[in-house]
Amino acid sequence: MFAVLAACSPGGSEQGKAKPVTLHLFTWSDYTEETVVRQFEERFGIKVVTDTFGSNEELLAKLQGGAAGYDVIVPSDYMVSILIKQKLLAELDQAKIPNLAHVYKHLKGLYYDPKNTYSVPYLWGTTGIGYNADLVSPPPDSWQVLWDKRYKGKISLLNDEREVFGMALRAAGESLNAAEPAKLASAKARLMAQKALVKTYTSENYDQLLVSGEVALAHGWSGTIMRAAAERPSIKYVVPKEGGTIWQDNLCVLKTSTHRDEAMMFINFLLEPQVAALITTKVKYASASEEARLLVPKEIAQNPSIYPPETVLSRLEWIKDVGEAIKAYDRAWTELKVK
Amino acid sequence: MTPPPKPTSSFPWLILPPAGVLIVLFGVPLLLVLAVSFASRGTYGGVEWALTFANYTSIADPLYLRIFWRSLWLAVATTAICLVMGFPLAYVIARAPKRWQGLLLFLVIIPFWTNFLVRTYAWMFILRTEGLLNQALLSAGLIHEPLNILFTDWAVLIGLVYGYLPFMVLPLYAALERLDRSLVEAAWDLYARPVQVFTKVVLPLSRPGVIAGCVLVFIPSLGAYVTPDLLGGARTMMVGNLIQHQYLVVRDWPFGSALSFVLMAGVLAAVLYYLRAGGARSLT
Repeated sequence: MFAVLAACSPGGSEQGKAKPVTLHLFTWSDYTEETVVRQFEERFGIKVVTDTFGSNEELLAKLQGGAAGYDVIVPSDYMVSILIKQKLLAELDQAKIPNLAHVYKHLKGLYYDPKNTYSVPYLWGTTGIGYNADLVSPPPDSWQVLWDKRYKGKISLLNDEREVFGMALRAAGESLNAAEPAKLASAKARLMAQKALVKTYTSENYDQLLVSGEVALAHGWSGTIMRAAAERPSIKYVVPKEGGTIWQDNLCVLKTSTHRDEAMMFINFLLEPQVAALITTKVKYASASEEARLLVPKEIAQNPSIYPPETVLSRLEWIKDVGEAIKAYDRAWTELKVK
Repeated sequence: MTPPPKPTSSFPWLILPPAGVLIVLFGVPLLLVLAVSFASRGTYGGVEWALTFANYTSIADPLYLRIFWRSLWLAVATTAICLVMGFPLAYVIARAPKRWQGLLLFLVIIPFWTNFLVRTYAWMFILRTEGLLNQALLSAGLIHEPLNILFTDWAVLIGLVYGYLPFMVLPLYAALERLDRSLVEAAWDLYARPVQVFTKVVLPLSRPGVIAGCVLVFIPSLGAYVTPDLLGGARTMMVGNLIQHQYLVVRDWPFGSALSFVLMAGVLAAVLYYLRAGGARSLT
């Protein structure tokens, strides 16, 4: 729309003058620092329009629905592998993304995209429990606290099928990628029993629910809970001893994008150490950029909830595409939500 | 009914633009949804064109029937509460001095100035544990512990009634405003009791408004999606959420399409039945 209007304006068709381009960014809600986007717009004369989604599955559904018009998207690890299989992603030109050099070596070339052909690491984090220490004692160290009847109606869970089943599977000592029908059925049964204690399933405003005291325990992502902690110091974050999810969100360009070069400029910009540091400071998720960690305030760079130590990292697991079993997950998730 | 003005031409040309819009923007998409409802889903979603009736047969699962049932009673309850609350309001407005009526109607539609989503979020702040409602009730001494309303069926019902009340009030007002006062006065003169005036005179005469209001409230509440999602905390679904869930979460478009068609057929049947049984006479 903007591009069309701009093209019509006088001077827009002048020779040698680049036409203003509009990039469409499709990302997680509450994930982009507005001042960063402004900076990019001012420096490159490219307008950025942001649209948001609440789960990887929603992202996939909207892309399959032909949500053309997006240029840059931010899928997590296992969704990158699905999107590659679905042939929805464009190959990246790494020469146009020199800031990839700043990305931690161990975050590059992960299982879902071994050569980073389609994806550039952006932010990463963990999934655990955020709790209000004023209301929850003793401090929880196990997923079992989310089945504790004392906290009935004071618990929120992510509205995310893989995360919720992953939590129930890990709580039972299983892999969060278990695909066996029996394991899935037993996880479902435990989630059904838990549902009476759950106040809400949400991936978007649980930081506010924690801050306002509406819930005492929130199954959630590290950075969002750290944002809640910044508002109410009694809020803490723990990765339970049974282990949880480690995830990494990535910057990808859609095959349907008509502005691939500008999209890669934007990706490169987001990985500039200064910019990446600003984003991490704001959203409180660890940046994939090694340089950025040196530039963020000390209380973030040394925060074990944001940059977890080796002892925590060793009990984390990546969510992986489960192939055909996704249908069983989908069905079980519907049954849980419908009950 | 007054006879229509004499047509200037035998063919109603003016009907073409709206009919065209309706066919292109409503008819064609509807046919697409119908076609998809007989297809199958791929592993990761998408549509595979293998003809099947499975999407319709699997709706008979008690799991899904329960959602239809739940949506039905929530929609019926919403309609009933809107009627009980809307009738006196519409009556008062219709009986108010003419110069006040404009202002009062204006107040009824003022909420439409704000986006529905924003207003629903506002209800979250009102209803939550530390919200305005609980603070008010606590400080008035009416309750001693905060009520747990947000993310329950009660919150959904409150949200639905709030959202659709104007759709009940406006047609009721239109009917009551036209109501001939002399008939009411005649009833009083003939020693009718207040209840009789209402049941024998006011209610029958305002019947077209009641029917229009009920239809206008019932249909959108049956398919409501935002209210149960936000105020119900995504814990339980109405059929609108089930359809959205099929499309945007589990990526089973064919099943979502089948659900949409069953819902549409159900609404159509219910409204036709209601109009025939309840008020075809008074509408003509």
